[in-house]
Amino acid sequence: MTHPITHTGISRRRAVATLGLGGLAVTLVPLSAEATPDSAKKLLSDLVKAAPKAGKVQIKTQEIAENGNTVPVRITVDSPMTDADYVKEIHVVSDQNPQPGVASFRLTPASGKAEVEFRMRMAETQNVIAVAVMSDGSAWTAAREVKVTIGGCGG
Amino acid sequence: MADIKPKIRLPKDAKKGDIVEIKTLVPHPMESGQRKDSKGQVIPRKIINKMTVAFNGKPVFEAKLEPAISANPYISFFFKCSESGTMDFAWTDDDGSVYKASEPLTVA
Repeated sequence: MTHPITHTGISRRRAVATLGLGGLAVTLVPLSAEATPDSAKKLLSDLVKAAPKAGKVQIKTQEIAENGNTVPVRITVDSPMTDADYVKEIHVVSDQNPQPGVASFRLTPASGKAEVEFRMRMAETQNVIAVAVMSDGSAWTAAREVKVTIGGCGG
Repeated sequence: MADIKPKIRLPKDAKKGDIVEIKTLVPHPMESGQRKDSKGQVIPRKIINKMTVAFNGKPVFEAKLEPAISANPYISFFFKCSESGTMDFAWTDDDGSVYKASEPLTVA
């Protein structure tokens, strides 16, 4: 792992001291992309107990995102949204960002329509995965690949 | 960060039974905790991690946000109009501050 401090022309002693102080932060915040298809899947299985089936969920977003800093994503779930049958939760993860979590939404029958929109960061080309949990406990999922031209996590 | 003013757009006139989209945006850097400053020090994470919406005191929508949400978080959701009332919005920052806003909703 190359630490950026070695490129800034600071003396080695100074660099070592800074590294010592920053060591804890560095171990807590990895430099490389940490979310993987596996960690995204694990997070989803922690969030959602039922095994999700494909269907009912639609992800609308850009096929190619020029700016990974802000990619609009709209998620729609097929549901009558009545007191007896509604979408309780929508969870969104991605599989190549520094962390897999993106957002979780909690809806109610008062929502009328199971649809949310937000804007997210994407470090690189990756899949966005959404899982909807219904009031009967069943879970439905969809995934969508977004190609990213310029990543949105750099400093 | 005291003067964070959320922007909310909801319809002025709605009829009973209408399903309307409510759009919200909060000016906030959503510092992810992944970036470094010019000295190579990690800039600590500071994001809005939760948004809650209640109508006439009853919770109707909630969002839990992660650092993957863009700066100036924009969230839109839907609401079925049944009666006139007040929609209360609250956003919780990592530092514990809560940014609040309320909007009247008139249902004909």
